[in-house]
Amino acid sequence: MAGPIIELKDVVKRYGALTAVDGLSLAIEPGTFTALLGGSGSGKTTALKTINGLIIPDGGQVSIDGRAAGDEAGWALRRRIGYVFQEIGLFPHMTVAENIAIGPRLAGWDKPTIAARTTELLKLVDLPDNVGARLPAALSGGQRQRVGVARALAAKPAIMLMDEPFGALDPVTRDALGRDYRALHERLGLTTVMVTHDVWEALLLADRIVVMDHGKMLADATPSALLAGHGDERVQALMATPRRQADRVRALAGGAL
Amino acid sequence: MNARLAPAWALLPDYLGQHVLLSACALLLGLAISLPLAVAASRSAAVRWPSLLIASLIQTIPSLALLALFYPLLLALSAVSLAVIGHGFPALGFLPSLLALTLYSMLPILRNGVAGLTGVDPAIVEAARGVGMTDRQRLFMVELPLAAPVIMAGVRTAAVWTIGAATLATPVGQTSLGNYIFSGLQTENWVFVLFGCAASAGLAMAADQLLGLIESGLARRQRWRIVTGAVGLIVGTLAALAPLASASLGVGAVRYVVGAKDFSEQYILADVIADRLEHGGASVLRKEDLGSTFAYDGLKAGEIDTYVDYSGTLWANILKRTDNPGRQAVLTQLTAALKQRDGVIVLGSLGFENAYALAMPRAEAEKLGIHSLDDLAAHAGQLTLGADLEFLSRPEWASVRDAYGLKFKRQAEYQPTFMYRALTSGQADVISAFSSDGRIAADDLVVLSDPRHALPPYDAVVLVSPKRAGDARLIGALTPLIGKISVDAMRAANLTVDRDQDKATPAQAAKALEAKVGP
Repeated sequence: MAGPIIELKDVVKRYGALTAVDGLSLAIEPGTFTALLGGSGSGKTTALKTINGLIIPDGGQVSIDGRAAGDEAGWALRRRIGYVFQEIGLFPHMTVAENIAIGPRLAGWDKPTIAARTTELLKLVDLPDNVGARLPAALSGGQRQRVGVARALAAKPAIMLMDEPFGALDPVTRDALGRDYRALHERLGLTTVMVTHDVWEALLLADRIVVMDHGKMLADATPSALLAGHGDERVQALMATPRRQADRVRALAGGAL
Repeated sequence: MNARLAPAWALLPDYLGQHVLLSACALLLGLAISLPLAVAASRSAAVRWPSLLIASLIQTIPSLALLALFYPLLLALSAVSLAVIGHGFPALGFLPSLLALTLYSMLPILRNGVAGLTGVDPAIVEAARGVGMTDRQRLFMVELPLAAPVIMAGVRTAAVWTIGAATLATPVGQTSLGNYIFSGLQTENWVFVLFGCAASAGLAMAADQLLGLIESGLARRQRWRIVTGAVGLIVGTLAALAPLASASLGVGAVRYVVGAKDFSEQYILADVIADRLEHGGASVLRKEDLGSTFAYDGLKAGEIDTYVDYSGTLWANILKRTDNPGRQAVLTQLTAALKQRDGVIVLGSLGFENAYALAMPRAEAEKLGIHSLDDLAAHAGQLTLGADLEFLSRPEWASVRDAYGLKFKRQAEYQPTFMYRALTSGQADVISAFSSDGRIAADDLVVLSDPRHALPPYDAVVLVSPKRAGDARLIGALTPLIGKISVDAMRAANLTVDRDQDKATPAQAAKALEAKVGP
């Protein structure tokens, strides 16, 4: 292997007296799906945003593809990294197709290539073709987040950063989108880093879970290792809930499971 | 009614064209300054607070005062530029009006610009950064399009304010629809006043509707609305400007500027002068409703070629003299002093005086036994003085007051038309009148005598700018007027304009006066 595609070394970010990220080091291999798991104020979102330069760390170093993130302009870096977040942020004055096409347009692709790519992406995120001509306001929440994912993928990035991407959706839509995205991740060979506070989501989607608290890493393990008891009592307290819920569901289902 | 509207219609192409030119330039300049400032202010609080504060402060200055303040400022700058690069620029008319209105248009554009840009949903800004837009791309592709309806609403407000305030450019020598209002107010020609108000309101409403169409087009993303609004604005502006363009391309090389202050006699005399010049084949531009010092300074600077002023006014206000050596001596010394000091030519007296005087109703004067200012001083404590807007701040008033020890119960200032109204309605007992005013006879007033000669003589004199001192055509056309207008003829002419019934326009009164003067 050529080494990690994303590497954080002793990254520190402070907001006044508050240290949001406190000496975080993390190496992420290509093709992996990593979840940053923690409660609010754990520093997971701040850590994620240092990867695409939306937040510039006060200390430490971030490297993408072995290159220091500060070596190029933030906007140039962000064109190579897909970014999806809870509020989605579709441009309300552009149609769905124009929203999806924004990355390729910034990258200077020609019009026929952009049009073909837009059609391809609508299919990829399982949206009907005629949605392309609509404005975002005319879509449901789930459809909008599918457009958000398509927009992030449009310029063919190798890395996808996702910040609570499905957090605002109803449970059924959320599950469907999560599974669909995981399939895309496999199919396109992406490297995905997803921030979530939902233990279930982390367990079901990720290959690797980094548990964060007060800006520090509490645990870094596979979902099965965490469920098997890896980590200190704080980590295990976090795992207790899904474990108990799973037991309860199993008991309710009785002999059926 | 139609006969009273006809003179107003005849002036409309010129007034409307000038008004549109001024408003459009001020609005475009205001946009060019305010929009980049709004962008800077939306990104940085250090720019935002000072710029919004200054723009708000400017808005609190009454617009007429703002217009007037630019005159001394530009005069000083012009003197500096004359000294440094050898070229001055006009301090009266278009330039001060443009600058004042530009400042006036800035607040709504700036405020709405900042509100529109900072009001863009933070999630959308984050998405724009997230997809890799540069700051500039984010501004032009996302923030400005989303803020556009709010910004356009600000532009609409600015347009309405600017078009309304442009009527106030008249007193600093810029022709506008305000000429109807100012001259109508002076001559009590209410048809003119209403016509001016209606024209400027109509213009403001038309601009507002067209800009509103663009605004709704931006909000609803309907291209036809934007295009229709923009085309309407451009076509309307060009149509309004067409008469100006044809006027400036047309008639002869020589173009004289004739000034007038803001009362009937001045309008009539300016028309008499203009008629004589036009009769000789020259073209004439009138600058009416000028304040006293604007008129003289404008003449001195060559922005006005000729106008009529009064010897005592120049004596007291320009030469700052408080003595009174007699009518002929004042005229002689004034002629020499202005020539030597400013290069201004005093062509001579028209033959009548329009003196500042204190006047009161005959019945009341007889009842109290007041004939002279000495008699008045004894009763002043029980009386109210009504003065025009200038009188109380002029040196002549100080000298009368001190010479007779005048101390009134109350002093009130009025625009001249309303000063006479105040006297007839009993709100004032004594007024500062002009001796050639037709209303003195019409309202049966007595002019109080001035036994101590505290007021200087006020011969109506024709002034010619230093620039035109050697202009034989101008001087030849005006010299025949010298000594030809009697106070009775002037008073009669003034009365036909000032009276309530059967009013004449200044132009009609000028024709009648010219008939008496002869060729």
